[in-house]
Amino acid sequence: MTIRIKKQSPGKSLRSVVEQRAEVDLSSCYQCKKCSIGCPVTGLVISPPAEIIRRLQLGAGDELLQTDLVWTCLSCETCYARCPNEINFAGIIDALRAVSLEKGLAKPKGNSPLFNRRFLDTVKSYGRAYDLQMIVAYKLGTGKLMDDMEKFPEMLKKGKIAVLPPSGADKSKVKRIFAAIKSKGKSR
Amino acid sequence: MKYAYYPGCSAHSTARDMHESCLAVAKELGIELQEIKGWTCCGASAAHQTDRALAASLPAANLLLAKEMGLDMVVNCAACYNRSKSANYEVVNYPAIREKVTAALGQNYDGSVAVRHFVEVLSQDFGLTKLKKAVKQSLNGLKVACYYGCYLLRPPEVTGFDNPENPTLMENLVEAVGGESLEWPGKVECCGGALNLTRTDITVALSATIIEMAEDAGAGCIVTACPMCQTSLDLRQQDMKKIHGKTYNMPVLYITQLLGLCLGISPKALGINRLMVPPKAVFQALKF
Repeated sequence: MTIRIKKQSPGKSLRSVVEQRAEVDLSSCYQCKKCSIGCPVTGLVISPPAEIIRRLQLGAGDELLQTDLVWTCLSCETCYARCPNEINFAGIIDALRAVSLEKGLAKPKGNSPLFNRRFLDTVKSYGRAYDLQMIVAYKLGTGKLMDDMEKFPEMLKKGKIAVLPPSGADKSKVKRIFAAIKSKGKSR
Repeated sequence: MKYAYYPGCSAHSTARDMHESCLAVAKELGIELQEIKGWTCCGASAAHQTDRALAASLPAANLLLAKEMGLDMVVNCAACYNRSKSANYEVVNYPAIREKVTAALGQNYDGSVAVRHFVEVLSQDFGLTKLKKAVKQSLNGLKVACYYGCYLLRPPEVTGFDNPENPTLMENLVEAVGGESLEWPGKVECCGGALNLTRTDITVALSATIIEMAEDAGAGCIVTACPMCQTSLDLRQQDMKKIHGKTYNMPVLYITQLLGLCLGISPKALGINRLMVPPKAVFQALKF
């Protein structure tokens, strides 16, 4: 199979950025592809895990940040668990996610970045996740308000989702954590 | 036996039954779970997908509280378990992350609090011999598919839960209460829970494969120890019908719900009424 990559932009390579952030060395990958074989979404994405590593090794640039696996990865960590060279590929994916967010290149189908923001918004407000607010805010953002609506009556009846916001958390501590991480800017 | 207990956010929302059944079983067996006061969210998948230091700092806040209590921390949610163990791993192995965690918390955390899943506590600390003696109603050979998913098992060097490709802790518990634990191929597969709302199509497809495998193995029910897996496999059965045109009717219980019934705890106290698919085969086996 032929892999074509775009010439990377000048400066620090994407490979070295993600290797540094995830503290992972991609040179030990010899393309056995156990990661791709174990990956539950291999059949659904354009480039499976081993190919992403190969692209990084060959010097791929920012176009890789928009490859579908970056946000279709389920973080099941089967790739990492089965890698004979203990390459933390799930960590590489998390690093690619962080860089794509910082560069404004995270626009995947299903919009996980929006979901994550709305989730963390509730954590910032209440110190704990508030499902109902998070779900409504996410759905408003995607315009798919009616998806899953038919399940709500039964979930409410069975107490399978909290109506009121969570209470009892040390909210100021969580606010402090978020503020400290934000003030440090980029994670690495 | 006394532990610091971290319920996790889902304990008061989508996984109330997980929380209720854990507390009921612990009480019945004399395992003391002392809830951590003021506990906060572990950050779940949203934090680690956003920022590595944030993902380590949020669970570390709770681990520090457990450290002050001088107790091991028991977690019943597999996702919180995974994130808390990851935080320990990060601060122990990566000095740069530890530095950021210390700055965020305003306090140094050394990664020393042991994080235990309630399944580990039951299997390893309480023990199967004592559990067998506590059984009031046997499962009478009910065929049970034990499903582990991802968060308990992977990455193995972080969670250290059990054999990552063929775990048996839940099977041993099921056998101890008179059930037949099945050999089946789906127990360490991923349910797709991380994309439950964002790519429901993927969650439904992966979860349907798991239900299908359990059905093929002849399971009367699936048991799990993860609220994300429980939601994917139980709640999403309605969507599997819409998408695959096949009706499944597979009960998906928390392991603590199944054990609780065998210990003579009432179904209501275990939150059985909250399940989307009623566990008919379980009630039949228990002769309810």
